[in-house]
Amino acid sequence: MATQATETPETPDPPASPPSPTGGVTSPGRAAITAKHLRTDRWWLQPAVTFTGLFLFVVYSTWRAFADTDYYAAPYVSPFYSPCLADNCRDMRNGPNFDLLGSWWGLSPALLILIFPLGFRLTCYYYRKAYYRAFWASPPACAVSEPHAKYSGETRFPLIMQNMHRYFFYAAVPVAGILTYDTVLAFRDDSYEFGHMGLGTLVFLVNIVLIWAYTLSCHSCRHLIGGKLRHFSKHPVRYRMWTWVGKLNERHMQLAWASLISVAAADFYVYLLASGAFSDPVLF
Amino acid sequence: MTTAPPSKTYKAHFKVWRGDTGGGALEDFRVEVNEGEVVLDIIHRLQATQAPDLAVRWNCKAGKCGSCSAEVNGRPRLMCMTRMSVFSPEETITVTPLRAFPVVRDLVTDVGFNYQKAREVPAFVPPPDLGPGEYRMQQEDVNRSQEFRKCIECFLCQDTCHAVRDHEENKEAFAGPRFLMRVAELDMHPLDAAEESGLDRKRSAQEDHGLGYCNITKCCTEVCPEHIKITDNALIPLKERAADRKYDPLVWLGNKIRRRGQ
Amino acid sequence: MTHVERQQWDVVVVGAGGAGLRAAIEAREQGLRTAIICKSLFGKAHTVMAEGGIAASMGNVNDSDNWQVHFRDTMRGGKFLNHWRMAELHAKEAPDRVWELETWGALFDRTKDGKISQRNFGGHEYPRLAHVGDRTGLELIRTLQQKVVSLQQEDFKETGDYESRIKVFQECTVTRILKDGDRVSGVFCYERESGRFFVIETPAVVLATGGIGKSFKTTSNSWEYTGDGHALALLAGGSLLNMEFVQFHPTGMVWPPSVKGILVTESVRGDGGVLRNSEGKRFMFDYIPDIFKEKYAQSEEEGDRWYEDQLNNRRPPELLPRDEVARAINSEVKAGRGSPHGGVFLDVSTRLSPEVIRRKLPSMHHQFKELAGVDITTEPMEVGPTCHYVMGGVDVDPDTTAALGVPGLFAAGEVAGGMHGSNRLGGNSLSDLLVFGRRAGKYAAEYSVALGEDRPAVDDGQIASASAEALRPFSAADGEGDEAAAAAENPYTIHQELQQTMNDLVGIIRSEAEMSEALRKLAGFRVRARRAGVEGHRQFNPGWHLAIDLRNMLLVSECVARAARERTESRGGHTRDDYPGMDREWRKSNLVCRLTDPTGGLSATDPERGQIRLEKRDMPPIRTDLLDLFDKDELVKYLTDEELTQ
Repeated sequence: MATQATETPETPDPPASPPSPTGGVTSPGRAAITAKHLRTDRWWLQPAVTFTGLFLFVVYSTWRAFADTDYYAAPYVSPFYSPCLADNCRDMRNGPNFDLLGSWWGLSPALLILIFPLGFRLTCYYYRKAYYRAFWASPPACAVSEPHAKYSGETRFPLIMQNMHRYFFYAAVPVAGILTYDTVLAFRDDSYEFGHMGLGTLVFLVNIVLIWAYTLSCHSCRHLIGGKLRHFSKHPVRYRMWTWVGKLNERHMQLAWASLISVAAADFYVYLLASGAFSDPVLF
Repeated sequence: MTTAPPSKTYKAHFKVWRGDTGGGALEDFRVEVNEGEVVLDIIHRLQATQAPDLAVRWNCKAGKCGSCSAEVNGRPRLMCMTRMSVFSPEETITVTPLRAFPVVRDLVTDVGFNYQKAREVPAFVPPPDLGPGEYRMQQEDVNRSQEFRKCIECFLCQDTCHAVRDHEENKEAFAGPRFLMRVAELDMHPLDAAEESGLDRKRSAQEDHGLGYCNITKCCTEVCPEHIKITDNALIPLKERAADRKYDPLVWLGNKIRRRGQ
Repeated sequence: MTHVERQQWDVVVVGAGGAGLRAAIEAREQGLRTAIICKSLFGKAHTVMAEGGIAASMGNVNDSDNWQVHFRDTMRGGKFLNHWRMAELHAKEAPDRVWELETWGALFDRTKDGKISQRNFGGHEYPRLAHVGDRTGLELIRTLQQKVVSLQQEDFKETGDYESRIKVFQECTVTRILKDGDRVSGVFCYERESGRFFVIETPAVVLATGGIGKSFKTTSNSWEYTGDGHALALLAGGSLLNMEFVQFHPTGMVWPPSVKGILVTESVRGDGGVLRNSEGKRFMFDYIPDIFKEKYAQSEEEGDRWYEDQLNNRRPPELLPRDEVARAINSEVKAGRGSPHGGVFLDVSTRLSPEVIRRKLPSMHHQFKELAGVDITTEPMEVGPTCHYVMGGVDVDPDTTAALGVPGLFAAGEVAGGMHGSNRLGGNSLSDLLVFGRRAGKYAAEYSVALGEDRPAVDDGQIASASAEALRPFSAADGEGDEAAAAAENPYTIHQELQQTMNDLVGIIRSEAEMSEALRKLAGFRVRARRAGVEGHRQFNPGWHLAIDLRNMLLVSECVARAARERTESRGGHTRDDYPGMDREWRKSNLVCRLTDPTGGLSATDPERGQIRLEKRDMPPIRTDLLDLFDKDELVKYLTDEELTQ
């Protein structure tokens, strides 16, 4: 157990190592137990796995987003680079080239579009739980003391911005639409003829299904589609949709992880093809 | 009568916190455990045989009243619903009082915080135009609030929520999951007339009851013995409803224009 | 003498279950300052255990229902021993009491047209029980609790103090009612948390303490059910009636041992659960008594059809009144056709789909899964009778709930007697709480107001003796006089032996010899209980609390045993091996219990004399317009020829 320092003076800068919480389970009046927690199970496992998973994704996606190469291998475009909003994109025949910014943009075009899906995920109610626990240790696990001396939750800037989640949801829907379009285009072969399928098409199909399932299972979506209503009985259609979204929503965590992995996998698949490490097995 | 199968008995090692506001410590006990028993049975056996003045709250012994809340091996639980069979016979079982509230004695804590918060949530406002017997509600409209009314007020969610467990100073501003859920329950009640009477529950959830302190880490849902989806069905919808009020520019603009027109 | 804090309130309600809270709400709404005293935390009362529903003839599901039908069912269920006036008031007022809950925020399950849904239950002719899944008691207690809070919010707005006009003294116990001459003058209490004594001066006390189940070993009741209100009324000079009638709920859990007795709601049967013995036979068809022959299905096929079509079929015998089903299960087990853990099988999985079970019986599903590791959607439950409810209680005026002989004392709910006769129908307890809880609050308030300045005074001598009595367990080991020689007794041990005795000797099936034996044993416990000693200090000391409660349990146990030995017939919740038949002559009579020595001596150790004396008293004749609700053919089963010709 961590040693306890009850007499911490009010220091201006809390040290980087976990300081002793002044008002936590060792507060005066509470049962005098010095241990920060008494859990005997492997409570640290879940935050550790979450931390590792999210960390790996951040590293991978940062590399890929800044790389600005190997994101197109006809007919597949990496979901990290779609839609492409700048002039410096590769021309993807009939693909998601929407040159809105013109030529002044010199960085990787992925950075322009990734803001939206990443913002969506960053403000997502599930990911919030995941990183508050795994990265912030706030709390690391239930009934395990957190190391922070002060806590204001999402009551002030910047975390009050988490309330913007629904706008990222609005943005995530058209992005998912374009990825759907990309998936349709993936039914072409490398000479742009429709009616073909490769292993990549399957990867894209799985990915787009998961992306949609994740997007639609979002808590904001559930609210907007019906949760905000007072009387379901007066809106039978929205009630049914709400019920359906509610069922998906129960799996929001699983869908968040599955779609995170699938989107990285789709990108990596395109990278393998574009860098020539591998060629797409054609099914028909 | 057919005979019952023989039951297995063993001696378990318990550590039970004993003490009061002046201090205390974990005390060791060796105590008999029979098949099918729960932690509360063992605490009662300690009372009857080794520690007659061991203080513990309990009532129904069936997970319906929410009295016997404590922390078993560091996890907030109802003692009557924690079966001994989930532990191995070798395991040491540590039982402490709830650690978010002031202790009274042994396993009994002062849960007055919760009763104070309960008073701060404005009650159901009956619709003025409906008399007793005239209420008509559809089942699908009451389902949501009914889920929250399953709450047995064991206060395990209040105990585990780090916003107050780890930060005593937040108790003032934060109602805790149980009472934010109460706000949600009333806001989703199909006939609650709060809005007509000038009370905006969505706004007050954030401004008066500290909804923003919730960082949706779901420990309340994890410990709920009634398996109420507190976070997904009450707190997040409440956050979304507050966002409707406060962060939706269209609503904000509309209000501005209406105010200017007056 | 140590200083004891005193407070003044207009009305004091003892108990914060359904009846207590309803009484307190009423008294406060009449404008009186009302204090509620309860042994547990506010909102934890035993009412939460009620599962099935609240019986009220709203006619939402079947519009043939009305108060007359409800009255008839109640009288039949109680085998005509009910106080007819209480049964009448109950049946008439129950719907209003339920509707009123909705205006306080209760959310009952709904019918298709948006009204309160009602379900079938044993002994009720039509679907009548307003319910919320199988957690109706919780909904009731929470609604009343929240109503109290909303009244406190109103008071806060007006006075700046939440507790200015209604206050809950939670985790406090009343040990004595104080009197000024005949009249109630206050209550003597201790706070469980600190062990501190205090006195509330009040002219009006409402007892709403519930039942006595903790005197029995297998019981669905919680630790609070130690017969406090019954004993307080006796000690204050009041009387109890019908104490021989104890309801054993037919379906309690039988395994694992630690949950033995915990209730399995009757709605399991109302919604399609069937009872089978170890041979797989639906044995209830063999146990339909003659008086119910025309009302119940005679074959499994007809019983099965009833669930689909209730107009053209008779209900299955699983839905007979509780006393009948409990006795039947008892007989099956005794005949060797029981389940492995000494019960019978209750199976709901054969008729209902898992989804429906989870929706209609969520807490049963949860309870069996978590406590017994049984999944009721696929497996049968093992169930057996458990002590559930005492029909007997404080002898009260039916209209005002005023305890007879003690001005200022009122009683409502389980602690009051008369309403349910010899057997209570399921669902009638929650409606009883509401109807008579409200009446108790109303009339207690009126009584208090009528006194004006002429309030009874609290006597210091009574406070001193109450406090000495409460402290006795701490000095038991030191001993006084002859008792010094004997060592202190462990109150837990005495309690366990008492429970075993009551279970074995005054249980479902009774006989003269066994009850005489029980009385002898009770006399022994009484002597030992005076030596019950405790360790430690007064702060939240459960051993001490139990030592104090033992006095009450011994008093009510003696009432039960003595009255049961006296009543030489079988009726409702009282079954005599040696007198198996129902006797119309006995129907007219109530057995009334009083203290033998009202001056306060409790040391009587003679098992024959004991602390309780019995008196046989005739019931008031049933009003003719109420009698006319029944067929003559039916009445002859209950009433004597003499009564019928009157």
